[in-house]
Amino acid sequence: MEYRKIIEKLEEAALHPSKTVTNTIKSTGKSAIGCFPIYTPEEIIYAAGYVPVGMWGGTTTLQLADKYLQSFCCSIMRSNMEYGMKGAYNMLEAVILPTFCDTLKCICENWKVGVPNIPIIPIVYPQNRTLECGYVYMLDEFKRVKVEIERLSGKKIEEKDIEAAFDIYEEYRVTMREFVEIVADYPQIIKTKSRHLIIKAGQFLDKGEYTKDIKAIIDGLKVEEKQTFKGTKIIATGLMSEPVELLEIFDENQIAIVGDDLAQESRQWRTVTRDDEVDVWNKMTSRVADQRGDTFFYEYMKSRGENLIDMVKEKSADGIVVFMMKFCDPEEYDYPIYKKEVEAAGIPMLYLEIDQQITSYEQLRTRIQSFSEMLISREA
Amino acid sequence: MEQKILTSKELLNDLVDKHYEGALRAKAEGKPVVWATSICPQELLETMDLVTVYPENHAAAIGAKKEALKFIEHAEGMGYSSDICSYARVNMGYVDLKHSDELNIPMPDLIFCCSNICNTVIKWYENLAKELNIPLIMFDMPFNHTYEVPEHSVKYMRGQIEYAIEQLEIFTNKKFDYDKFGEVMERSNRTCEWWKKATDWAKVIPSPLNGFDMFNYMAMIVCMRGNADGERLFKLWHDELEQKAKLGKGPWNSADEEYRVMWDGIACWPHLSTTFKTLKKYGINMVTSTYPESWNVRYEKNDLDGMARAYASNYANRNLDYDTENVVKLIQDFKLDGIVYHSNRSCKLMDFRQYEVQRRVTEITSCPSVVFDGDQTDPRSFSAAQYETRIQALLEMMEKNKEAKRRG
Ligand code: SF4
Ligand code: SF4
Repeated sequence: MEYRKIIEKLEEAALHPSKTVTNTIKSTGKSAIGCFPIYTPEEIIYAAGYVPVGMWGGTTTLQLADKYLQSFCCSIMRSNMEYGMKGAYNMLEAVILPTFCDTLKCICENWKVGVPNIPIIPIVYPQNRTLECGYVYMLDEFKRVKVEIERLSGKKIEEKDIEAAFDIYEEYRVTMREFVEIVADYPQIIKTKSRHLIIKAGQFLDKGEYTKDIKAIIDGLKVEEKQTFKGTKIIATGLMSEPVELLEIFDENQIAIVGDDLAQESRQWRTVTRDDEVDVWNKMTSRVADQRGDTFFYEYMKSRGENLIDMVKEKSADGIVVFMMKFCDPEEYDYPIYKKEVEAAGIPMLYLEIDQQITSYEQLRTRIQSFSEMLISREA
Repeated sequence: MEQKILTSKELLNDLVDKHYEGALRAKAEGKPVVWATSICPQELLETMDLVTVYPENHAAAIGAKKEALKFIEHAEGMGYSSDICSYARVNMGYVDLKHSDELNIPMPDLIFCCSNICNTVIKWYENLAKELNIPLIMFDMPFNHTYEVPEHSVKYMRGQIEYAIEQLEIFTNKKFDYDKFGEVMERSNRTCEWWKKATDWAKVIPSPLNGFDMFNYMAMIVCMRGNADGERLFKLWHDELEQKAKLGKGPWNSADEEYRVMWDGIACWPHLSTTFKTLKKYGINMVTSTYPESWNVRYEKNDLDGMARAYASNYANRNLDYDTENVVKLIQDFKLDGIVYHSNRSCKLMDFRQYEVQRRVTEITSCPSVVFDGDQTDPRSFSAAQYETRIQALLEMMEKNKEAKRRG
């Protein structure tokens, strides 16, 4: 397939998660397990013969979720609860949920009662992941999850299955790193909305198949001529850059995302796996231990600000855009710290408060426009 | 010389002053100061003789003294969202302004954080260490989605205790004294026991304890679990309550206890008097909450695993089954007529399970309850009118139950 056609296919897939997941189940002949944000050991799920699929909320009318959650809960979890209760996730065999924040802990508990037909497998990531005891705890958690999944499927997961799954995921991660690099060179072809949708599609497809598509896109792009970009370039940070209508405004204003620190995107794959680890469990665990500048992992002297500044320099970006998910505590705590650092470095930054149920974009449009104008005038 | 015999309330006030003055003095003398979370393994700090203050206590006091908004607004100006915990906003504001008209605490040299109360403190304290450029000791206590604390969590926490001891030795340049540690453990257990026994007197009808007093004593169980003053205070308080109970005295001199309720969640510090008076007006005494149990941190001396398990077993860190059971037990033990749930805008971990706990508890016990909206320190999130309406609704339900009981 021509690479532009693949892009269209993936964009379409990302826009209709539920349909895409159903198709994936059909085409692969596998059952699906839903993965709550932010990180879950997808390799184990994949090794057990399931397709792991992402659960990143969505736009919906919130009615049922109010039974469990007050209005000041992040929209992504209100949506997930709503979908679960409504039956929109009934195609899932189970869900796995990491307890990264206080909201997720509560969702874990409410899900057991609110969506009793879909079993939940909780996983706790250690915050002291760089200490020996934290490392061991992570490893134990991964193995506990393995046993839970085996119980679900009734089949033992062999070591070689995990290794094979890890390799598939590793190839996915390496490919994605290459993809976000190369996309930065072709902002005219792959605009921000498209970039996001292509990446997001991977959440609902079999990673093995999906990686092939991304490779084809990379190959397709490589033969294109690089053109000079007249717009502005930014680094995106936050949980996720949705709703997509927001990205349309970026495209209208010729703002390209040339690098990201988004939980839904690069934070998933930016940590390079240690090459001196032989055992697959250690490979998985060390990836957690090595993750830096990430809201969801405790880090003494948090390096997120530094990371953002480095990314801006490395990509010659003009500024940073913060996609702040309303009511997302962990992200909200990081902001004042990196804001100070970024300001001290003289880098322009735009703060956008987002919510999956946004209905009016006018105010955001004005702010994005004036930010873009400001960046252009700085360049002049 | 004859010593004046203090009441526990006087002693409490003295100790509060001593605590804050002592900390300020220590800092002035060049001694290091630690900032710690409210239910942390303070035994380690006490063993090392480290002067410790608790930002949650401080923020609560500032809230009660009606000075919170100044710090909250300042923190919001620094970029802190108005949606995050107001204790954190007060504290981050204080860190920048460094002065309160009402109550000052010394700036820390070490941060000591334990996530058994919430994950929020991980982010908040991580910021403190970064802003102040000082060392941090982090105790990560994994959330217990199972009823019991799993073994591998205990192992993980034990490892962290051992690591913390190493960090403290480096920080103080002193060897950790394990004998002393044993003594501190024993004393902490005794103090917790007195705290629990004192608050348990509220089981008597009428309750000699006015639950809003418990809110005041709470500050001391946070910061004085491991020292002799704490033990003395809670024993004294216990003895007074015992005496009152034996004399059949209720919570107040000016009115009788008509109804007994539990308060779920933290107090509304800036509106303490409104929330208290509204209840009292209707003869409603708040006799308990989940807090007596929160600081009933008990384990065997020198049992590090037991200590880890005890700290990780905090109510907020347990699953819904446990939470429900806990409240049901309080209803039975304290013969409650109703429950007031504080939907506290600050504390997502408590809020987002509250509706389900309420439903289950109602189903099991039929105990009437109401939810009201508020915040522990942000004065803007509370409406006295809404509170009053909710309390009236509760009163009506409780009256009905009482009436039915009278009729048999
Ligand atoms: S608060 Fe943030 S991290 Fe937690 S569930 Fe919501 S969006 Fe995710
Ligand atoms: S009020 Fe809640 S969120 Fe704030 S520190 Fe206490 S437990 Fe954590």
